[in-house]
Amino acid sequence: MRGLLAWGAYVPYARLDRKAIAAALGASAGSGTRAVASYDEDSTSLGVEAARSALRAARVTPEAIYFATADPAYLDKTNATTVHAALDLPAGAAAYDMLGSVRSAAGALRAALDARGPALAVLADVRTGLAGGADEREGGDAAAAFLFGEGEIAAEPLGHASQSSEFLDRWRVPGEAFSRQWEERFGEHVYVPLGETALAEALKQAGVTASAVDVLIVAGPHARSNKRVTAISGVKKEAIADDLAAGVGNTGAAHAGLMLAAALDTARAGQIIALVSLADGADATVWRTTDAIAARRPASTVAAQIASAGPVSYATFLTWRGFLRREPPRRPDPQPPEAPAAARAEGWKYAFTGSRCQACGTRHVPPQRVCVKCHAVDRMAPERLSDVRATIATFTVDRLAYSMSPPVVVAVVDFEGGGRFQCEMTDVDPKTVKIGDQVEMTFRRLYTANGIHNYFWKARPIRGGNG
Amino acid sequence: MASNGIRDRVAIVGMGCTSFGERWDKSTSDLLVDAATEATTSAGVDVKDIDAFWLGTLFSGQSGLTLSRPLKIDYKPVSRLENYCATGSEAFRNACYAVASGAYDIAMAIGVEKLKDSGFSGLPSTRSVGDGTAAAMTAPAMFSLLAPAYAKKYGVSDEQLKDVMTRIAWKNHKNGALNPRAQFRKEVPKDTIACSPLVAGPLGIFDCSGVSDGSAAAIIVRAEDAHRYTDRPLYVKALSFVAGPAAGPIDPDYDYTTFNEVVASAADAYAQAGIKDPRQELAMAEVHDCFTPTELVLMEDLGFAARGTGWKEVLAGTFDLEGELAVNPDGGLKSFGHPIGASGLRMLFECWLQLRGEAGKRQIASVARGRKLALTHNLGGAPGECVSFVSVVGSERS
Repeated sequence: MRGLLAWGAYVPYARLDRKAIAAALGASAGSGTRAVASYDEDSTSLGVEAARSALRAARVTPEAIYFATADPAYLDKTNATTVHAALDLPAGAAAYDMLGSVRSAAGALRAALDARGPALAVLADVRTGLAGGADEREGGDAAAAFLFGEGEIAAEPLGHASQSSEFLDRWRVPGEAFSRQWEERFGEHVYVPLGETALAEALKQAGVTASAVDVLIVAGPHARSNKRVTAISGVKKEAIADDLAAGVGNTGAAHAGLMLAAALDTARAGQIIALVSLADGADATVWRTTDAIAARRPASTVAAQIASAGPVSYATFLTWRGFLRREPPRRPDPQPPEAPAAARAEGWKYAFTGSRCQACGTRHVPPQRVCVKCHAVDRMAPERLSDVRATIATFTVDRLAYSMSPPVVVAVVDFEGGGRFQCEMTDVDPKTVKIGDQVEMTFRRLYTANGIHNYFWKARPIRGGNG
Repeated sequence: MASNGIRDRVAIVGMGCTSFGERWDKSTSDLLVDAATEATTSAGVDVKDIDAFWLGTLFSGQSGLTLSRPLKIDYKPVSRLENYCATGSEAFRNACYAVASGAYDIAMAIGVEKLKDSGFSGLPSTRSVGDGTAAAMTAPAMFSLLAPAYAKKYGVSDEQLKDVMTRIAWKNHKNGALNPRAQFRKEVPKDTIACSPLVAGPLGIFDCSGVSDGSAAAIIVRAEDAHRYTDRPLYVKALSFVAGPAAGPIDPDYDYTTFNEVVASAADAYAQAGIKDPRQELAMAEVHDCFTPTELVLMEDLGFAARGTGWKEVLAGTFDLEGELAVNPDGGLKSFGHPIGASGLRMLFECWLQLRGEAGKRQIASVARGRKLALTHNLGGAPGECVSFVSVVGSERS
């Protein structure tokens, strides 16, 4: 039986308090917080983090990846190949983008579920909006990943239905940083019947009634329609999923996935979960969890990641998104990585693969040809360290180095089981770093130069909820 | 180590050193002409008498033409080389070997760097970005890694360590105040140093050497010919240069409280020069005080203080101008800035003045009492991955 093998989510560490927007702009912006991708994160890096979490839970190698986002880091170059490389997947695994709209995510889920062999859908988004607008305050940044395949599945698909329609609710011309929206009540007029129809058809296929649904998720960029479709669905009141608006915000292409991951995190065996995505149409899927659900629960749940957070000021948030241009240090501009060098180092740069000397057992980060201890030549075997914890041996806070978010914290870290590396730290308070602290590795976009994103790994303090 | 050395086989018979600083008025070529002319005048020779040239510069030019063009050298060998921040010392070392080999009778070592024209704070970047995975650290950040590691290993509090760093900067500026060629020629109160804005880790602006322009040069001949040029030559006792395996950043056994490369090059140099106890035998040492924690660690690596005690010796004034062993009597990189190709030869220039009794207000008393040896130390790179140079020169041929 084909179904869901594993899931994972990623909510970035930073939170913007909506009151901070109100204080800066002198207008009400509601309460609660939104999740904010750090200056060194984008939809690709968020997606990598969610996918790592899913694959850690399943230990199955996907044969295809479908990466969906409304905010791609690159156009005309596939972003899914970066995710593929960061996951250290074999070259024979396919990697495809589904880009540009929130609905891409529903397509990626559908494609991965319908594929042959294990297939991974990665959904990620970074939501931007004009200062003081609803998109800015109600948006959020996050990612979710779902691995489908045969075998011991955690959830079985019981029914699926799609509704498509051409109408103008939200749109953006390529190159613009913000979306526009038609009058809200028109969107509701179009979306509600589409959602209602899709849900009814999926439930019918599944052979279950609305009242039998244990969790109903209705997600999409049009908040008013989500609420309305939920209200008229006929499900039990306690089945209505939290929309995560208070703490995370609406995470666009990631949001249906993020809510599904949150539901799966707490689901018991035999529960019915109905997922409706309202985005330029409607896509509804009905799932029933299996006895394997508990064993596949990721080490880092959505709830744990929502709880593990640090504040970001409104000015810093605007700077991170590139909407507030700040004076750079009087230092040379960062240089883009060189394409051939990056390609040669794919295993190291993207998958954080070091090497271990087969003659004396010494581990090397980055991989070396000559052993630093026994000097044996070309006796190395690759060893991936992306999931290995490390301890800070010494560190510094560099106030002169170029960064979108100075100061740069650099640490020398020693890995459990051997190996040392000197790297940047992120999601860290420079005042609290000390020798002996434990860190874990996270995939980031170090900087962008000449339109080239420089992806690599950084160390961060162990995040709460990570087993 | 199979390092035989060339003790007492070559001698320095003339030197020149420009004033260091923001030399907006001078080009790289101007600085080279100034230093070369002072050196040849000092030795009583003409550029056309010199058989071969070694030019050290990291950023300010490529090929021998960088020197032959401004000096109008007529069809002679001119090598341009670099070895990070030890570039000036490397020019000197190669010129010495050329003369010792008998290939040439008289050689010039000259170093230059013109850093201020770039308009950047600190040094421009030297390395290609490659795959983009190396942490983009500035030089002060790399050397600041020493501070917390040293403090933790030897149980020194953050406040004590800051006092030690401050005293090193204060001492070097005090010496530099007496030096007309220095970039910064005034004493700096300890409070000003300790409270200067932070650059990296605990390092404030005053814990960092400046950025400056400058050039220095030396004329080298066979030891037996030295007295044809001067009655007070300096004999080369030891030259040691090592490049490490750059293991520190990848080997957890490295603890960021020492430069293994410096330990190795010092041992080699002391063996070449026949030095048993450097603290008792040297009149002075010019060391690579790029950042104050570097000088602290060097006191132990060069054998001037026992492991874990360098910080106490610094506070006790052991390395002051009037102390037991004067370190950086000319003011060091702290007072001169660090025009990379020039610094190693600038250090040698202070040995030249001090051992000949020409250092004026900075003259070290122990020279008159009979100490005849001086040491220069120059390093390039970062803790755990550097090149290190140590030379010993003396005013007497043994």
